[in-house]
Amino acid sequence: MEKNTIAPISKEKVTLTINGKEQQLEVEVWTSLLDLLREQLHLTGTKKGCDHGQCGACTILLDGKRINSCLSLAVMHDGADITTIEGIANGEELHPVQQAFIEHDAFQCGYCTSGQICSTIGLLNEGKAKTLDDIRDLMSGNICRCGAYSNIIKVVQEALERSRTA
Amino acid sequence: MRSFSYTRAQDVKKAVSEVSSHEDAKFIAGGTNLLDLMKYDIMKPRHLVDITRLEMKSIEETEGGGLRLDALVSNADTAYHPLVEERYPLLSHAILAGATAQLRNKATDGGNLLQRTRCYYFYDTTTLCNKREPGTGCSAITGYNRNHAILGHSQHCIATHPSDMAVALAALEATIQVSGPEGERSIPIADFHRLPGDKPEKDTNLAENEIVTAIELPKKGFARHYTYLKNRDRASFAFALVSVAAALELDGDTIQEARIALGGVAHKPWRKPEAEALLQGKEVSREHFQQVADAYLEGAEGFQYNEFKIELARRSIVRALMQAAKTDQ
Ligand SMILES: Cc1cc2nc3c(=O)[nH]c(=O)nc-3n(C[C@H](O)[C@H](O)[C@H](O)COP(=O)(O)OP(=O)(O)OC[C@H]3O[C@@H](n4cnc5c(N)ncnc54)[C@H](O)[C@@H]3O)c2cc1C
Ligand code: SF4
Ligand code: FES
Ligand code: FES
Repeated sequence: MEKNTIAPISKEKVTLTINGKEQQLEVEVWTSLLDLLREQLHLTGTKKGCDHGQCGACTILLDGKRINSCLSLAVMHDGADITTIEGIANGEELHPVQQAFIEHDAFQCGYCTSGQICSTIGLLNEGKAKTLDDIRDLMSGNICRCGAYSNIIKVVQEALERSRTA
Repeated sequence: MRSFSYTRAQDVKKAVSEVSSHEDAKFIAGGTNLLDLMKYDIMKPRHLVDITRLEMKSIEETEGGGLRLDALVSNADTAYHPLVEERYPLLSHAILAGATAQLRNKATDGGNLLQRTRCYYFYDTTTLCNKREPGTGCSAITGYNRNHAILGHSQHCIATHPSDMAVALAALEATIQVSGPEGERSIPIADFHRLPGDKPEKDTNLAENEIVTAIELPKKGFARHYTYLKNRDRASFAFALVSVAAALELDGDTIQEARIALGGVAHKPWRKPEAEALLQGKEVSREHFQQVADAYLEGAEGFQYNEFKIELARRSIVRALMQAAKTDQ
């Protein structure tokens, strides 16, 4: 049996496509995707709220699916495709969900907003929300301390309707 | 988080040998429970074996007419799988009653079964806890024990198992397929989790270095008459105070078979087949459901802050059965 009192500093090479750009990176194995994005790549649009999967501020899209980047090790996602809030707009043109957040005034401090937007896009990709109750339930992983929920729900509802008619 | 070393396993055999050959090694799948606990310094593995590249990601029909869920299928993909929705809707509902969309996308079926308790003291490293540090004592027994057990607890631990999925699996009588240094075996869900006894540090009967490879659902899915009723402090994104997975097979108004599993009340999903048998051949009625509920809670023992769970569990059983039978008589 291997006996080592402290694990050696272990770094691994990973290749990640982040917002459309493939990157070779070296990460310490205990680095979360969230810390990689914020600390190493300075993509600070993704927020750290709780760091424990409870608030949704760190929501990103991993291969198109919304996940909590705080409870994910970067090293485990070698080869993955990641979209963060920085990669959602099309150049200068905001993503319709981003635009809708502005139009509906769906935030106050804005801390939860990038997570809410990524989560909304994830919800649309999943295609499981049908009713208002579904929306509330399927958005419950994104906490808003400012309580902008009623307008956030309006955005999601509108986005859902748009995606149905599109 | 403490430092650790890391390897990525390519097949089940390698995964088992990797985890056996390193001291304090753990498998990691979705990471949604293990990383949470590592950040709090509650679990301190020195080596992680990443099993997410193993070929255990499909849902297939079995020869006996059941369904095999590979251990690495995500909770979301399981809940929304057409065959699960159609034939085991109880399982779909239970999974969707837990956690959040983000977490369910990441969490795996194997990891879900092996998630650890949400006892507040287990999470608070400044307090004594036999599950976290064997032999130190249990802070919950005389502390704030609102989310704790009312059945099957011991003087050493009164924690509950937090999984919603496991409660549905208990009602469906799933079997858990595992592989380890000694080979493969399958464990009925009823024997998978254990009661705390004098070893609360052990949540399950999984042997050291064994890996869960799949969950097998038997043919009978109770797709017509089922309910997963989850009582919690808010309408979504909270662990169960008391939950009930109820499944009935009816012939008209006559009950052929009843299955009831309780969550949030014990160290494992709680079944009592001899109480379920009371319903066999009986008509659907509130009175009969109340008798079963009483039988289920016989011997239940609460603590200062969770006494309410006994009555809550009783009423939840009755309501869940009424809903499953689709009746309000
Ligand atoms: C904020 C929050 C809210 C939640 N709410 C709920 C809820 O309401 N209901 C509910 O049921 N759950 C809830 N959960 C728990 C969630 O369901 C679990 O964290 C998840 O299912 C664990 O799966 P995982 O794949 O991420 O496991 P991991 O974190 O990867 O692993 C968990 C444990 O299982 C072991 N393990 C994993 N896979 C295997 C395998 N195949 N063989 C052997 N060992 C293995 C690991 O070594 C580790 O000890 C919540 C979690 C969070 C963070
Ligand atoms: S109930 Fe169990 S997990 Fe909670 S403090 Fe007591 S020993 Fe620890
Ligand atoms: S920071 Fe990840 S969920 Fe709160
Ligand atoms: S806008 Fe402030 S937390 Fe949501």
